[in-house]
Amino acid sequence: MVKYIILIIGGIFTLLPFVWMISSSLKTGSEIVRIPLVLFPEYPQFNNYVMAWEAAPFARYMINTVLVSVLTTIGVLITTTLAAFAFSRLEFPGKKIVFSLLVATLMIPGEMLIITNFITITKLKWIDSYQALIVPWLSNVFYIYLLTQFFIQVPESLYLAAKVDKCSDFKYMVNIMVPINKNALVTIAILNFIGSWNSFMWPLLVTNSQNMRLLSNGLIRFQTEAGSSYELIMAASCILVMPIVLLYIFLRRHIIEGVVMGGIKG
Amino acid sequence: MKKSSLKGYLYLMPALIIILVFTAYPLIRVILMSFYEDYSIISGNHNGIGFANYKELFDDKVFLKALRNTGIYVVFVVPCSIVLSLLLAVLLNSKIRLKGFFQALFFLPYVTSVIAIGIVWSWIFNSNYGLLNYILGIFHIEGIPWLNSPDYALWALIIFSIWKSLAFDILIFLAGLQTISPDLYHAARVDSTPKRRVFFKITVPLLSPMITYAFVMGMINAFKVYNEVFSLFNGKAGPANSAITVVYYIYDKFYNSAEYGVAAAGAVVLFAIILGLTMFQMKLRGNKAEK
Repeated sequence: MVKYIILIIGGIFTLLPFVWMISSSLKTGSEIVRIPLVLFPEYPQFNNYVMAWEAAPFARYMINTVLVSVLTTIGVLITTTLAAFAFSRLEFPGKKIVFSLLVATLMIPGEMLIITNFITITKLKWIDSYQALIVPWLSNVFYIYLLTQFFIQVPESLYLAAKVDKCSDFKYMVNIMVPINKNALVTIAILNFIGSWNSFMWPLLVTNSQNMRLLSNGLIRFQTEAGSSYELIMAASCILVMPIVLLYIFLRRHIIEGVVMGGIKG
Repeated sequence: MKKSSLKGYLYLMPALIIILVFTAYPLIRVILMSFYEDYSIISGNHNGIGFANYKELFDDKVFLKALRNTGIYVVFVVPCSIVLSLLLAVLLNSKIRLKGFFQALFFLPYVTSVIAIGIVWSWIFNSNYGLLNYILGIFHIEGIPWLNSPDYALWALIIFSIWKSLAFDILIFLAGLQTISPDLYHAARVDSTPKRRVFFKITVPLLSPMITYAFVMGMINAFKVYNEVFSLFNGKAGPANSAITVVYYIYDKFYNSAEYGVAAAGAVVLFAIILGLTMFQMKLRGNKAEK
């Protein structure tokens, strides 16, 4: 019994901000600042979502966010698969050194590189462009490391058999390695997509115009502009949070597995 | 095989180019920049090499405050999160109904946008209409100006961060608990060992690698906290910089005051701290592996 009481209290603490976000997003302007507090709105105002959506170019932010998240994820999958294949099956001079150097870069905090990357992007004249939002994120050392571990576990005999059949390396990678490790690739794709969706600092730096902003940056802007219309700010927050929560509900296993793999191995 | 000796690099090229341009080169650049004196990014000129930026950094009370805040933050967030999540993970690992549901629920904060949920927390912390002061009011505790007073801003950040970091720690502990052999618990049950003793004599020692890992990761993340601050205080670092963090400081120096050298020096200090913590973590793990 005590078990359940602790779990339920913990659950309420965890869920409270989400519940409060949704509840507040459905209140009227007067309910949100009423004292004593209104816990749940009397008449849910679904119209708040329409108003928030129209008060700022959220449609544009949404398109940008989806575009950037999808493209970086596709890019990461390609570069990661190629690199992991090279490390797990191909022989080339300096392989071990390159691999160790790559793994060593995992110790560098991304926050440290932002100053110089910002200068690079400025020099490339990429400020306020999709390239700036996408290109730096097309590779991820951690996922390369992870996928290499998976690729290594595939029996070498499969590769040798394919060689005997005169199957090219590339064909072997696409037709055998990728399908066998489908689950690992799906996990990487989801984690990368979530990371990209929630990114904030980098897109804030490299974009100036409304048109290039992502949802997270748009939301911060909107928070300032909407002032005390907290019901609209909460509706806008829901718009940013809900797609990932839905993704999480449907693909929970992959997400949790991915984080555990990262936690234990990395 | 010998023939394809350079083919490997062909496969690595896409990843390597990105990493060279956006990780290796900027790393070297930022280290050099931190030693340039009177550096101008427009002309690329500087007046020689020295420690002026580092001197300025450590003479700056705001930076020292950022370091101090991080210290306070680590002391409260990391142990609180570890104790709470250890308790919850043990419960989640035991025989309970709706196990899957509870596990899913506790992990939810991990995947949600810090920015969006930080704004929600700022509404919860609102001194007039916030949920937290309302709850305190039920217990006849006077409302606290969480976000408007320099005395409380850091505490608001700490509460939010504990909420946010529970998810990861619970997951790591759950994964660790699954590697503990059930035989040990069976044996304890046969001997009818009290539950508390089982927890402290079996669970905690066997989970100690995970606990160390959560501890070091918690410290590393503490030094990188930024989005939480930005969203909670609407782009500021709390009233009178009371909740400033190291990354916030670095970012502010280069973006708002264009003091690139000082920002670079701050970034190198951040790197040194995180490198030190990571090495420490690897050393602990290495020692464990040798045993």
